[in-house]
Amino acid sequence: MADFTLPELGENIAAGDVLRVLVQPGDTLTKDQPVLELETDKATIEVPSSVAGKIKEIKVKAGDKVKVGQAILSVDDGAATSAPPPAAPPPAKPAPAEAAAPKEESAPSEVARPFQPSTGSGWSERAEGQSREQDREKVVDFARGARTPVGQPVSDEPAAPAAPSVRRMARELGVDINDVIGSGEDGRISIDDVKAHAKRLIAAATAPAAQGAAAPRAQAEPLPDFSKWGDVERQPMRGVRRKTAEHLGSSWAQIPLVTQYDAADISGFEDIRKRHARQSGAVAAPLTVTALAIKIVAAALKVFPQFNVSIDMAAEEIVVKKYIHIGVAVDTDRGLLVPVIRNADTKTLLQISAEVAELASKARARKLTLDEMQGATFSISNLGGIGGTAFTPLVNSPEVAILGISRGRIEPVFKEGQFAPKMMLPLSLSYDHRAIDGADGARFVRWVAEVFEQPFLLSLQG
Amino acid sequence: MSDVQVVVVGGGPGGYAAAFLAADLGLKTALVDPEPNPGGVCVYRGCIPSKALLHVANLLSETRHAEAWGVSFGAPTIDLAKLRTFKDNVVKRLTSGTGLLAKSRKVRYLEGRGELLDAHTLKVTLARGGEETVRFDHAVIATGSVPAIPASLRVSDPRVMDSTSALDLPDIPKSLLVVGGGYIGLELGSVYAALGSAVSVVEMTDGLLPGADRDLVDVLAKSIAKSMKNVWLKTSVTKMTPDPAGIRVTFDGQPEQVFDRVLVAVGRRPNASVPGLDRTKVALDERGFIIHDEQMRTGEPSIFAIGDVAGEPMLAHKASHEGRTAVEVIAGQKAAFDPRAIPAVVFTDPELAWAGLTEAQAQRTGRKVVVAKFPWAASGRALTLDRTDGLTKLIVDPATERILGVGLVGPNAGELIAEGVLAIEMGATVADLKMTIHPHPTLTETLMESAEVFFGQSTHVYKPKKS
Repeated sequence: MADFTLPELGENIAAGDVLRVLVQPGDTLTKDQPVLELETDKATIEVPSSVAGKIKEIKVKAGDKVKVGQAILSVDDGAATSAPPPAAPPPAKPAPAEAAAPKEESAPSEVARPFQPSTGSGWSERAEGQSREQDREKVVDFARGARTPVGQPVSDEPAAPAAPSVRRMARELGVDINDVIGSGEDGRISIDDVKAHAKRLIAAATAPAAQGAAAPRAQAEPLPDFSKWGDVERQPMRGVRRKTAEHLGSSWAQIPLVTQYDAADISGFEDIRKRHARQSGAVAAPLTVTALAIKIVAAALKVFPQFNVSIDMAAEEIVVKKYIHIGVAVDTDRGLLVPVIRNADTKTLLQISAEVAELASKARARKLTLDEMQGATFSISNLGGIGGTAFTPLVNSPEVAILGISRGRIEPVFKEGQFAPKMMLPLSLSYDHRAIDGADGARFVRWVAEVFEQPFLLSLQG
Repeated sequence: MSDVQVVVVGGGPGGYAAAFLAADLGLKTALVDPEPNPGGVCVYRGCIPSKALLHVANLLSETRHAEAWGVSFGAPTIDLAKLRTFKDNVVKRLTSGTGLLAKSRKVRYLEGRGELLDAHTLKVTLARGGEETVRFDHAVIATGSVPAIPASLRVSDPRVMDSTSALDLPDIPKSLLVVGGGYIGLELGSVYAALGSAVSVVEMTDGLLPGADRDLVDVLAKSIAKSMKNVWLKTSVTKMTPDPAGIRVTFDGQPEQVFDRVLVAVGRRPNASVPGLDRTKVALDERGFIIHDEQMRTGEPSIFAIGDVAGEPMLAHKASHEGRTAVEVIAGQKAAFDPRAIPAVVFTDPELAWAGLTEAQAQRTGRKVVVAKFPWAASGRALTLDRTDGLTKLIVDPATERILGVGLVGPNAGELIAEGVLAIEMGATVADLKMTIHPHPTLTETLMESAEVFFGQSTHVYKPKKS
């Protein structure tokens, strides 16, 4: 009997998720035959066996998390139970690139890379073999001159024209500096060139994900061992969090984003809101800033239809939507959800208020249907309930704009020769600069601010 | 028993730079070295004391030189004890400074020698007696190098010195044989020559300073031919025997001679003799250097190696950069040691310095380069110093016109080379160097003008156009 335990897989890899078990009990296993397909934090790898024999028992199954040293299977190797321990297993090799990124060579290396000495001399041969004492006798090094370092470029190609700080940035982003095309004089590479290259890599890696293909994970740099600095716990990134990460990652990579900041005087609306609350009591839904924002934005989208579009880069077309559905970001304990108020332009403020309250409570109770979260043409994210003076919302692709709202506060506003206390509401409009010009962005948010100040304009223009 | 995040074994310029950065990054750090203060070979018996003596040597040759300008000082009298004190005080000031820096940073300084019990435990035998066991998350091995003395040259007689004992200036021997024409031999040989010794240099290969370009070395060789009595190339020492009259030396290629003293400076070897290293997965290459990757990691995940013990070139400034890289990696940063150029300086008179690709290296590897040279005879500043023997050269990639290497020989070459290193690191082109305004009149202009030479447009060098 011999046990096969999970061998060392490379630096910083202590465990992995079993994707598939490639053998069955009763199979005759040969040495180096792959037994597991293992997903680690860094790569999917096939784990070859270091033992041979008939498989008696398999101790793991797909979905299990296994640690280095954990027993995977046992084989009947014909030896007595006191068989010598198996020889050091061969290093696990990365799985064939079945789902690899299209440009794997240029992508930052994620493959679990065992330690590789840079001096290139026989590492393993040295490890065993002659003793250190023997070596020392041989070692008389005649370092008479300061010699040129070993790492000198020997090829005819000069090394990438990048300053040390730029090379460091590339390393930090996991980008091979030699792959970056410099935009400067004589092809010199700047920090911006490195960042742009990294963004392109991420975009290339996440693009297939949007199509639902079995795409590789975003090409992120390998992580350090956080446990060096204290206790950590690894939680699977599932559901909403993973979806959000993928979606916003791709939005960030694809959208040249600009944020326009403004503030609206909502002193008037505050009066109305308080009066309404006193009159309607707890019966009807309260009038909220979010509801009013939806109403105003719905009206604004009629005045500025270029904000109610999507971009189809592949077809080189702009998709103009003839309907106005507003997504509202809702903070839940599962993460960010964005239910949609349909045809917001046709609804009254009270209807919208009631619908927002209903959708928000459904979101928190996990009762939102997929249908209720799709089809938005514009989104609103109101963080005012939490606080803050301004933030940069991320456009919820394939929409082209999003309005962020922070907490309103009383500020002195100079008007008609004197300061007056006014309730000012900070607004942040982020938009996709591919679809929307800067001046239009400023006009849109100004229009929204003015209508916040005088909601009755809605009845004139909306 | 104490627990630290980083322990640095070896307090040289690599080790203390590593320990200080670790402390600056907020890591609990210990530094282990047998000396009372950080400094290592470089500060105690290497770069620093030798430079103090070379400063004096240069002064002496300047005063002799001054006779040509109508200024005579007469024969110098040398108070050897006072000179030794000056040198020792330089070392003392510097090492008490590093000691203070360690203390201010709250680096735990353990004066003693370490032994690895396992990959996370170091037992330190303290100089003041007793032991201390240090548990560490990461160790940086920075144990440096020691003078290498081939068995045939091992003579136990105080008149046969290595670089360490030569720096102690026991006396000014009438005759001194320097075995080894590398930078250590030439620097220390220059000191003794300036103090009045008749110095002979014996070198096994066919040239001084292997590794440096010959056109630069030729300039130095001319000057050395004047200041030293003999330079024997392609000659090796076969035997040394102590004799009441001196050290009797037989050569392969020269008649036997007797010298008052002999300095053996054939090279240095890595000092990887940290006890217990074999209890870890740290491995050495066939020359005794600790094998590491570009993040300075050894085969043992918790152990890093930097400086002389980690490979050539054995230079303090390489060590300190490697030390800082290792600590940045330990701190979780994505650092790596990937310099485009490591400058090398020989502090002889004239000084010799180079960085990046050398012409010889380009020839050896068959790489196409263009070399632009500016002779210092065309430099106003060099003329005012009455030192027109210098040379500045650029090694340029013909396709991109980027500067791949810089070589200098002449007074202050060691200071001038820094600009070349920056140019190489920044990927500067010859045009960049040409278009950067350099102050007049200085020797730095020779770098700018060598760039002008590349374009055939040097103000002070006229080259008729080939038509």
